[in-house]
Amino acid sequence: MTADIGIRTSPLAAWTDRLAALEPALTAVERPFLTQLTVRVSDPVAVAGMGGALGVAFPAHPCTSTRGRGPFGDVEVLWLGPDEFLVVAAPDSSVPVEDALRTALRPARGVVVDTSAQRTTVALSGPHARDVLAHGCAVDLHPSVAPTGTCVQTLLARTGIILRVADAGSGAFTVLVRSSFAEYLAAWLSDACVEYRAALS
Amino acid sequence: MQLIPCPWCGPREETEFHYGGQAHVAYPEDPSALTDQEWAQYVFFRDNPSGPFAERWSHSAGCRRWFNAVRDTRTHDLLSVHRIGEPVPDLGEKDEVVS
Repeated sequence: MTADIGIRTSPLAAWTDRLAALEPALTAVERPFLTQLTVRVSDPVAVAGMGGALGVAFPAHPCTSTRGRGPFGDVEVLWLGPDEFLVVAAPDSSVPVEDALRTALRPARGVVVDTSAQRTTVALSGPHARDVLAHGCAVDLHPSVAPTGTCVQTLLARTGIILRVADAGSGAFTVLVRSSFAEYLAAWLSDACVEYRAALS
Repeated sequence: MQLIPCPWCGPREETEFHYGGQAHVAYPEDPSALTDQEWAQYVFFRDNPSGPFAERWSHSAGCRRWFNAVRDTRTHDLLSVHRIGEPVPDLGEKDEVVS
């Protein structure tokens, strides 16, 4: 019994076609294997230092996120709690990013943990992305209250998600969902889209 | 659905929260000195007021942080919420707010 770690299968690999069929009402694309690092730190100096190491300042306010480009490419930092952040970077960059964050953390106390396998990412856009989300999520996503960069942890169809507003103007969202719930969420998205697919066809 | 104002995340649906019972129940300073009756009082007995009640809540499906809230047990209104470490609210004052 050996595991072939050379071949990875993303949680929604089997759903690519079914998600593609939701076009044009909803564009749902999995972004598999993104590097995700959970950071627990409360020292403001260390938080600033870690932001400097990534080239992206950590979000200063609850339920927000920051995005930028630095030495590790495009990086997003999501606010998860008053002393908790999620750093999202390109696939297969977890080791260098983790090292950089650990170095920047010292001598303050905190933890940097690779949680890349915990969640997968689904990018949602299209004319009805906001409507479809409203079927299962009570958070107000109107651009006036949820501008670009808003990042909330909430329930979508009873599934715990991290929802980031990627572009409030065009209605683009990023949903991070636990890997084991990803197929359920994809099935729910397909179902929630039915009425919009009929309207557009 | 009732909205509960999380002190970090703002108003969210009640289903995202977990109830934690009465707030500000101090752990006995010297538990071994307590009689069985006093220990039982600490472990099992809680206030059950009709009116404002300070209690603990956790935003379990959101920021996963515990916070304290004052809830009117007659109307289920959340009169105030405060983060851990913020001062204990004066329940007497709150009583006047409730009609």
